[in-house]
Order: sequence, then C-alpha cells, then structure tokens
Amino acid sequence: MTSKRPTACSPEQSAERRARQRWMSALAKAEFGDLDSLWNNLPSKPAWTVIRAPEVGMVMARGRAGGTGARFNIGEVTVTRCAVQLDYGAVGFGYVMGRNKRHAELAAVVDAIMQTPSRREALERAVIAPLSLRQDAAKRERGQKAASTKVDFFTLVRES
Amino acid sequence: MYVAVKGGEKAIANSQKLLAEERRGNPKVPELSLDQIREQMSLAVDRVMTEGSLYDPELAALAIKQARGDLQEAIFLLRAYRTTLPRFGDGEPIDTAEMNVRRRISATYKDLPGGQVLGPSFDYTHRLLDFALAAGDNRPAAEIAEAPVEGGMPRVTEILNYEGLIETEQPDHPNAPVVDLTRNSPRYPAERAARLQNLARGDEGFLLALGYSTQRGYGNNHPFAGEIRMGEVAVEFAPEELGFPIEIGEITVTECQMINQFKGSATQPPQFTQGYGLTFGHCERKAMSMALVDRALRAREFDEHIDAPAQDEEFVMAHSDNVEASGFVQHLKLPHYVDFQAELVTVRALRKAFEQRAEDSDTVSDAAE
Repeated sequence: MTSKRPTACSPEQSAERRARQRWMSALAKAEFGDLDSLWNNLPSKPAWTVIRAPEVGMVMARGRAGGTGARFNIGEVTVTRCAVQLDYGAVGFGYVMGRNKRHAELAAVVDAIMQTPSRREALERAVIAPLSLRQDAAKRERGQKAASTKVDFFTLVRES
Repeated sequence: MYVAVKGGEKAIANSQKLLAEERRGNPKVPELSLDQIREQMSLAVDRVMTEGSLYDPELAALAIKQARGDLQEAIFLLRAYRTTLPRFGDGEPIDTAEMNVRRRISATYKDLPGGQVLGPSFDYTHRLLDFALAAGDNRPAAEIAEAPVEGGMPRVTEILNYEGLIETEQPDHPNAPVVDLTRNSPRYPAERAARLQNLARGDEGFLLALGYSTQRGYGNNHPFAGEIRMGEVAVEFAPEELGFPIEIGEITVTECQMINQFKGSATQPPQFTQGYGLTFGHCERKAMSMALVDRALRAREFDEHIDAPAQDEEFVMAHSDNVEASGFVQHLKLPHYVDFQAELVTVRALRKAFEQRAEDSDTVSDAAE
C-alpha cells in the first residue's frame, strides 16, 4: 500500500506506520469467520473497554477520470468502526467494510494489542500471519483461474 | 364538489399483505436466502449496488428479495437506506492500475503486456438456453493455471501515452474539494467529476441507449474499447484519529477506457481522447455505455459541434437517475382527483361553447337558405 498523503515523520515512525497499515489491512480484509476462530483460539486475552461503540456508517469511494486524472465520487461503501482501550492503556481502532460490529471490535482489539511490543510477535504469529496467508492464497487462486482464460494467439502463416 | 381525502387505510394494509404473499410465491417452493441471491444473482446485486450508490452485497441482496427481483425498486430501497447512515468521510481514490485483474481485454492491441484475459464472460457463449442447468446439473469447475495473472498490468493508454498520441489525464490537487451530487445539486456547465458521478449512478438502460445513439451517428466520436478490466481493488480511508490512510476492505470494480479519435483544434494537436467508465461489481455493459456518454459529454471541451442528446449535459444528467425518473413517472398514480375535476369542468365548458358555436352557425346557414 502506498501512503498517498505523506506527512513528515521519522524513519522509525514511518516504519511503524507501515507495519500498522499492514496489520489493519489484514484485519479489515479478513473473513469474519477466520478472524473470529483465530481470536477464540488465543490462549490469553487482555481486558478492554470500548471507547467508541461499533458504529455502522459509510465512506465515499472515489475513482479518477481515465484512471489517473481528477477524482470523482463513485458511490459509498458501508463501513463499521470501533475504538477500544486495553486495560494497560493501548488504544486500537477498527475500520472494516460491511456491517459486522463484532468484526470491527475484534479488529480494534487486535490493533491495540499489536501496538504493544511485548505481545506483537505472538499475535502476529497467531492471528495476522494466518489471515494474510489465507488472503494471499485466495488472491492467488483467483489470479490462477483468471490466468487460465488468457488468450494464446497463434498466427497462420500464409504460403506465398 | 366533494373529494374524499381520507380512507383506504385498510385497503393499503391488505394490499401490503397481498404483496408479501405474492413475493413469497408458492409456499411449497423453498424460500430464497440472501446468500443464494448474493452468490447466484451476483450481476443483479452488482447493478443494484452501482445504481443504488452503495457497495454492500448483503443489503443489495435483501433489496432484490424485498423488491421481488424488480431491480429499479431494489435500487430505490438501497438509496433510501443509505440516507439513514452517517458518512465517516471520503476514501482515497481507488488505484485501478493496481487491480487484481480477473478480466482484462483490449480491442486495440492484440499482444499487449499482460495479455488478453477473458475471465468470466458471456461474450463467447452461444446464448442457447442450457437445459442441463434447468435439470439442476450444475457442477462448475474453473481451470486453474499454474501461475496467476501478473499484478499491476500496464494500461493501454500508457502505451499510447508513450508516443504522446493520447491526451494525458492530470490528477487534481489532493486538497481540492470534489463535487458531490449527493450533497449539492448539479450546476451547469457541469465539471467532469460531477458528470462522472452522475453517470456512475445513472440507469444502465438509459446510458446504453444514449451510448448506442452516439454509435449510430448522434454525436459520433469513433470509439474503440481501448481496455476493459474487472477485478478487486483496495479501498483506503484516512480516519482523522489516525492521520494516515488504511485499507478498510476490497471492492470489485469494472473499468472501461474508450479511446476516441480527435482531429485536433487550433490549440490542440490531433490525438486520441478518452471516455471513462467505472462501476461497482461486474457491470461491463454499464461501464462501456458510461465511457461512451462521458466522451460525448466532453464535446464542449474539444470544441465539437453539439447537436445530439448524448452531448447535452443538462439533458443527460437530469434524466439519467432512475430513482428520480421512476418517482416522477409513477407519481401519476397518486390521486389527482382535484386536478382532474378542474380539467373536467374546463373541458365541459369548452365543449359547451364549441357546440353552441356549431348550433349558431347552423342557424345562420339555415336562414341563408
């Protein structure tokens, strides 16, 4: 993912931001069932308070004229957002397309835990990596099916 | 004159009960689930999301079920629902160059980088009814190639751009406001962003007919389907509390870039120009029609003679929305009893005067004899 609105920040901050963008993307794009079962399988979970209750709303999706030109509005997408705070202070956000409130809340909780250095690695292994793997596999399979429909042109050479 | 203005509550309630029963159809036939509609009527879902201006396959499936398969009614339901939700903000523009392509064809270059990927298409079917499908014999299995299609396929317009033979679309300033027809009524002359939003929401049938009219000579601009691509793109949004964009999910979109001849003008060299179409889901006919009409509506920009309906932005933009059009046509069903009584009185009076004149002229001619 490219950050299209760069703001000044140190290399450490921008690496941290990219890492967070990556896990938030994996959480948002996850099938809810996958996230839910990986979450349920975690051996220990911190307590959290919901600081912004899951809320369903919309984000306006935009395109560009000709694919690269001026922006225009295509239409909205439904989005559910949620903010949580862990008992030791970390705050996490969930922004997830669709209307599944539990999905947004779990995404926010995982986002909060991922910001905790001592817990990050274990959670990456237990939740983020398996979600990313599944998404990559699904994407690869779609791409392989599409590739099977690629045209192989052959040219008939006319004998003169 | 007395006109009843109350009554009908019981009839209306019973009509709704009857509607619900008709919607269910024969109870011996299993009821449709939303999953079935979403998965097996997916192109209907895509159309309802595109023209309903809201990407949510589950809601579109519900709308289709509730509307008994009447897609315009379903679009109306989705449009009504979206007014009940808050808007968190505007997304970053989607990047169709980074699309995970499932279909990508070009009618202008045979051997383009990335190749011609047919994907799931009706194009090469024979349009013969499939009675095996009627018998429930439906065990599809797609082929799986060893390697997936390449990511980040170059656009056909980039190839032309390399030679400088096509206009280049320049991005607007990232902080400039983007016109939004759901918040402000259109102003004429309209900017392209307003026209594209209007066309993206517009009725497929209306745009198809207008696009067709340009091909038949009403505002012709020699189109080629430069590229059509369909697949998944990420939706990015920058929440205020974070201050940087994050991916919030993925949507399927169809994009069409029409390439059109342009003879040039006093200030512009001869080159190719573009018409652009973009829809939610897989709405290829709509994306192509949108691209044709978008290019026709750019007539003013290219100093082209404006004489066809598809080139007239007020005509196109004011009539493309099927929720508005359907509402105004269907409002004729509402009671117009008082209006009509007034018309009746007028016509009776005119008729009486007409007959009186005829009688008078008969009397005059009788007297002359």
